[in-house]
Amino acid sequence: MSAAEVAPGGQQVPARARRPVPARFFRSELWLIFGRRRNWVGGLILISVPVILAIAVRASPHGGGESAPFLDRITGNGLFVALAALVLEMPLFLPIAVAAIAGDSLAGEANLGTLRYLLAVPVDRARLVLVKLGGIVVFTVAATFLVAGVGALLGLALFGGGPLVTLSGSTVPFGEGAGRLLLICGYVALCMVALGAIGLFISSLTEQPIAATTATLIVALASQIMDQIPQLSAIGPYLPTHHWLAFGDLLRDPIGFDGVRPGAASALVYLAVFGTAAWARFAGRDVGA
Amino acid sequence: MTDLAISSSGLTKRFRSGQVAVNAIDLAVPTGAVYGFLGPNGSGKTTTIRLLLGLIRPTAGDHSLLGEPMPRGAAQVLPRVGAIVEGPAFHPYLSGLDNLRRLDAADRTVDARTTSARIGAALDRVGLRAAADKRYHHYSLGMRQRLAIAAALLRPRDLLLLDEPTNGLDPQGTREVRALLLELAQAGSTVLLSTHLLSEVEQICTHVGVMHLGRLVAQAPLPELRARTAPRGAVRTPDPDGATRVMTERGLTEVAAVGDLVTGVLNGVVPEALVAALVHGDVPVRGFEVLAGNLEEMFVELTGEGFDVSG
Repeated sequence: MSAAEVAPGGQQVPARARRPVPARFFRSELWLIFGRRRNWVGGLILISVPVILAIAVRASPHGGGESAPFLDRITGNGLFVALAALVLEMPLFLPIAVAAIAGDSLAGEANLGTLRYLLAVPVDRARLVLVKLGGIVVFTVAATFLVAGVGALLGLALFGGGPLVTLSGSTVPFGEGAGRLLLICGYVALCMVALGAIGLFISSLTEQPIAATTATLIVALASQIMDQIPQLSAIGPYLPTHHWLAFGDLLRDPIGFDGVRPGAASALVYLAVFGTAAWARFAGRDVGA
Repeated sequence: MTDLAISSSGLTKRFRSGQVAVNAIDLAVPTGAVYGFLGPNGSGKTTTIRLLLGLIRPTAGDHSLLGEPMPRGAAQVLPRVGAIVEGPAFHPYLSGLDNLRRLDAADRTVDARTTSARIGAALDRVGLRAAADKRYHHYSLGMRQRLAIAAALLRPRDLLLLDEPTNGLDPQGTREVRALLLELAQAGSTVLLSTHLLSEVEQICTHVGVMHLGRLVAQAPLPELRARTAPRGAVRTPDPDGATRVMTERGLTEVAAVGDLVTGVLNGVVPEALVAALVHGDVPVRGFEVLAGNLEEMFVELTGEGFDVSG
């Protein structure tokens, strides 16, 4: 019997079907995330911020008192709706969205019991962690660009485009302004992906997705609170949220990277450390549910 | 080369709580067998299946599936193994069809071009085609069980590990599933059927393993177990030695005397003829009884309790 070489039923397994991370399973993972009604509702909540913002500013362009960052610039250039929306959503709304997906990633499957059936297929555990992380990355990037995209389109429709006034006071052409917005989106997405990696790790510890989501969110909020305490300034730069809003330099003339460079480095380190930790934890875990 | 589809030696799982769920079991499931894995709820059957699939790590011991040592050979051997572990589990907001698609997509050893055909065939086999597009959330327990069986049959399997596959099915569905299992076995698959239903084992199994409190207390081909429970004659007499002699002469086996009670396996000897022989042999007979053998009594004896009781 040469059962080892021939698959059951005599089907020969085509060698090219053995890709390291088969596209089919990854597509299935994306379908799981983007086909879920709950996540569409979340997306609607995310885009409600730029929508409300744009309409509010349009309705009364001369709001008095202290305003959120970039808000006073919206009437000058619609792209600032996207920037203001990102700044408003970074502390809470985007982290909630990322925590919901990341917390659900492994713990959700464990909770439903589908995890045991995936592992019995078999899906290699490292591969599963990789696919889950990939799903989190795609969702996070999509959520960030959704907020910025809706904000930019609505802003341009209501306030027009044209050259962008940088934070240094000079103006850059619209194309370059839009390019800088894309850079900022990339940076914000990277910061959120780092939070997603923390969420993935927490999700590997439990079989309760809600608990994993809550814990991930608490990490994001606690980090921001600790960052506000002067006595803790020594650890401040190492907190996962410390550099989140450091993308202002990308709007100066000439463009600066002094703020985002350590931020990007910090995010990549968090991504690597917690991605690895999730794998290490998950690889040896008993799947009892 | 081994002719065992499943073999384990000293396979043990002690949980962190200290509970020993599976205690040094030596499973031997011959290739081609329909192996009834029988035991009360909580006797360690499901934990054993988890160990076999590599979902949990053994505290001690090792095992192999289809001749491949596990968990090292998981990537090679598990595609040839279909399983139901502790009931069905699927994504509630996906349809049955999409759930099967997801499982098929996770299998990197199948040809994606044949997915639709294989899923369709699996759904037909369990009679679920009409409900394939309904969300899993709306499935009845019986439909969920059928979907789990379909998932185990997404491709031809050499080995099926099925944990209570008829749980939640109506009588008609139960009959269908048992017929399906027999059909699969005839086509060459080895089946391990975990169940607490003795009747299920008697109907379709060729081999039996009995679990009790984490131990494998019996393991044998079904006919052998049946032989152990063959009808026995029991004679009450003041002359046990004489009775033992006559009974042995008449062809009874395993003759044993306890006090004034002598029992032996009848082996087809007609009971009234045995009584006549005893009387002719001057053995006084105070009482005679035929003890009908039945598997259930034996299992109750092995496990010390009925099958509905949690161990």
